[in-house]
Amino acid sequence: MSTVKTATSGHHHHAHHYESAEHEYVTSKFGTWVFLVTEIVMFGGLFVGYILFHEKFHEMFHAGSTFLNWRLGALNTVVLLFSSLTMALSIYYAQLGKKSLVLLNLYVTLACGFIFLTVKYFEYTHKFHEGLFPGALFSYDGPEAHQFSNLGMYFSFYFVMTGLHGSHVIAGMGLITWLIVRAHRGEFGPEYYTPLECTGLFWHLVDLIWIYLFPLLYLIG
Amino acid sequence: MDDQQHHHMIPLKIYIQVLVLLLVLTAITVAAAQVNFGPWNTVIAMAIASIKAGFVLAFFMHLKYDDKLYRVCFGTAIFFLIVLYAFSKLDIVTRIVVEPFQ
Repeated sequence: MSTVKTATSGHHHHAHHYESAEHEYVTSKFGTWVFLVTEIVMFGGLFVGYILFHEKFHEMFHAGSTFLNWRLGALNTVVLLFSSLTMALSIYYAQLGKKSLVLLNLYVTLACGFIFLTVKYFEYTHKFHEGLFPGALFSYDGPEAHQFSNLGMYFSFYFVMTGLHGSHVIAGMGLITWLIVRAHRGEFGPEYYTPLECTGLFWHLVDLIWIYLFPLLYLIG
Repeated sequence: MDDQQHHHMIPLKIYIQVLVLLLVLTAITVAAAQVNFGPWNTVIAMAIASIKAGFVLAFFMHLKYDDKLYRVCFGTAIFFLIVLYAFSKLDIVTRIVVEPFQ
């Protein structure tokens, strides 16, 4: 019965190469932060490229940004910010040992990921329909394309940056699904919530990157 | 080792206040972008984004309460981004001839 599981929830035995549960927690968390540094540097290369080309072709970038619907970008910003709160709350309730609230917050976070990707799907298909493809595939034939011969570059940045970000949302949702399975088994509690903490850090980083992507791509262009 | 030492809990109220603040800052970013400040639009948008990022890092990612080690770790990423930007920019502005982009 699940009640037996619940009674022993949070009983995690740290791996033998750690001195203590605390040692395991700190090591896992620091490893996650080092991974986040590599993520920031990876996205950072794209951000630096975007900023340098934006300085050089700012009128073309502005023309490109007018094709984006800032309302959809703002909606996705709100969705991701809210999901960051629920992710943080899943850890908060694990610290209090409230299994049902851990699960509720994880399910809401996962749902926010789905909403984000659904909005992104509608944005992408709308652009594909108009021929707004990245780089050489760019086939839009409106007045802006005649004014700016390299308009495809804006959409190269748009699709690579949002695409890489979107793939991180999918990865995060996979991790959250794994957390939900483990939370159902009653594995998390005040003594052990390391996977929640580490996945949480990753999910917040995905939110953090979107905080910069939204104004850069949708607002200032 | 004290197993309870890292179990600092941020009160629920603070989490909610941080979210509200982040939503307000998002609204300000959107509003500021509707007004033409010329090149300052980029500066304003990036400044607000950095304030938002600071709140996410400090509260959602617990950097405010955690060991300094994690702040230093995060700082190295930002340091190397600044190096990447500064040296790329230095290269661009010191070129004598810049081929037009085709």
